Amino acid sequence: MLRYVVRRVLLAVPVLLGVATLVFSLIHLVPGDPAQAMLGDGAAPQDVIELRQSLGLDQPLFTQYAAFLRRAATGDLGTSFRTGQPVTTMIAERIPATVELAVAAMVVAMVIALPLGVIAAVWRGTAIDYGAMTFALAGVSIPNFWLGPLLAIVFAVELGWLPVSGRGTLGHLVLPALSLGLALAAILARMTRASLLDELNELYVRAAQARGVSRAASITGHALRNSFVLLLTIVALQFGVVLTGAVITETIFAWPGIGRLLIQSIGFRDYPMVQGCILLIAVTYVTINLLTDLMYGVLDPRIRLG
Amino acid sequence: MNGPARSGSIIVSIVVVSALLAPWFLPGDATTQDLPNRLQGPTWEHWFGLDELGRDILARVLLGARVSLLVGIIVVGVSSIAGMVVGGMSGYYGGTVDQVIGRVMDVLMAFPGMLLAIALVAVRGPSLVNVVIALAVIGWVGYARLVRGQVLRAREFDYVTAARALGASTIRILGRHVLPTALPALLVQATLGMAGAILSEAALSFLGLGVQPPTPSWGTMINGGRVHLLDAPHLTIFPGLLLAAVVLGFNFLGDGLRDAIDPRRRHSA
Repeated sequence: MLRYVVRRVLLAVPVLLGVATLVFSLIHLVPGDPAQAMLGDGAAPQDVIELRQSLGLDQPLFTQYAAFLRRAATGDLGTSFRTGQPVTTMIAERIPATVELAVAAMVVAMVIALPLGVIAAVWRGTAIDYGAMTFALAGVSIPNFWLGPLLAIVFAVELGWLPVSGRGTLGHLVLPALSLGLALAAILARMTRASLLDELNELYVRAAQARGVSRAASITGHALRNSFVLLLTIVALQFGVVLTGAVITETIFAWPGIGRLLIQSIGFRDYPMVQGCILLIAVTYVTINLLTDLMYGVLDPRIRLG
Repeated sequence: MNGPARSGSIIVSIVVVSALLAPWFLPGDATTQDLPNRLQGPTWEHWFGLDELGRDILARVLLGARVSLLVGIIVVGVSSIAGMVVGGMSGYYGGTVDQVIGRVMDVLMAFPGMLLAIALVAVRGPSLVNVVIALAVIGWVGYARLVRGQVLRAREFDYVTAARALGASTIRILGRHVLPTALPALLVQATLGMAGAILSEAALSFLGLGVQPPTPSWGTMINGGRVHLLDAPHLTIFPGLLLAAVVLGFNFLGDGLRDAIDPRRRHSA
């Protein structure tokens, strides 16, 4: 097991280095001079020179790269061009809001997806199955940046049940979590159905039924339990969908998370902040994938021994 | 053709034909302004109503369909060709080539796709061209992984060994004998890729990073309509409905095609 963990962690190192390299190169993809782009065309030449120096853009490329990696490794992502505050501090302030939204969206997704997928698998090939899967496909197809405003019209404006934007109470969380969770629910419902169908075709399920175990008990006690290992992995791997979706959902509902900070920073051409947000989200994504792999290795001996 | 594929092709055909023929059957165009009647709801004259500048929403939605479909076709075309070439080389040559390409793909896969697209468009500047470039940069990896897997499998086949023994060039072996085995799976991926590209373009435009006004785009229209959610919800509803319908159509089509070419899925479905 230790060998598996060490090998998997070592494999993540070059990926993280690649991610950091790509994020570093972002500022160099800005057309023309990044410092000029940040300050605007009307900026005084002296201001442009000073900003270029403070961003380290006057240094040779390799020196900039080495400094970026050294600072990133110690958690220093530079200073926000807009506020003058450290990027890490500003991002750290937003993390709880994004985590809260992501967890709530995943709970919404699982609450909807698991029963839907199980029902579809158990009644395979019936109208219930087709209905559930059409609903799931529709869920994947409906953009959350359209669903969000529609939910706001109905539940916040027309019915007045929930607040339309902001963060604070549990009520504030409902609409963003629903808007973000529905697309994920659609993906998970399809995966739940496929995974459970595979298990239901296994001999051990038929053997259990032959021994007199009821159909319901063989599904919930045997097949579904085995499906959970795969489903847990899929839920974790879908975290990337949640993180990306959060960028849009936070913008719609004025949710003060990292996604909204990223979009606001793009508007202000605050490139150090954009780099910081992208790096944090990508590193989180890689780490969750790594942890998922490790967890899968713990749960399934075939993976760690393979 | 199975049920989902049929439903998908009908939806996609209706949107494509409507988008292409829009100038001939619509009474107004997408730029004519009727300011006194701005924000007017659906009427017999303007089926989807008028927007904040009094422009016909149906005409703009159909013009937006052209933009979305064009982006989808270019992104899928560029991504699939790049993915076929890179994935084919990676699988066929193996060794160092495969290792290097594999690491690049690992890094790109380490980003949630849309996030990388947002990052690229953010630094390059909002425009349709940059959206296409960003979506192609994240899109080719999926095709390359698919083709690499198929090539790894196919290069062990006897007929490939025979072609090599007969002196066929690498390009000929890849083009005539190996890549055709990956085409059905590529077709499914491309169909689902159209849905993804259209949705991503709309999302980027919604965030203000894609198509810029006055060019109509579904994402831009939905974003613009948010200001008028209370007094004119039709500004948001109709572009979103059409976007969801097209994405659903391509998803249906892709799912149906996948079931059709994979008998195992067909029987388990």
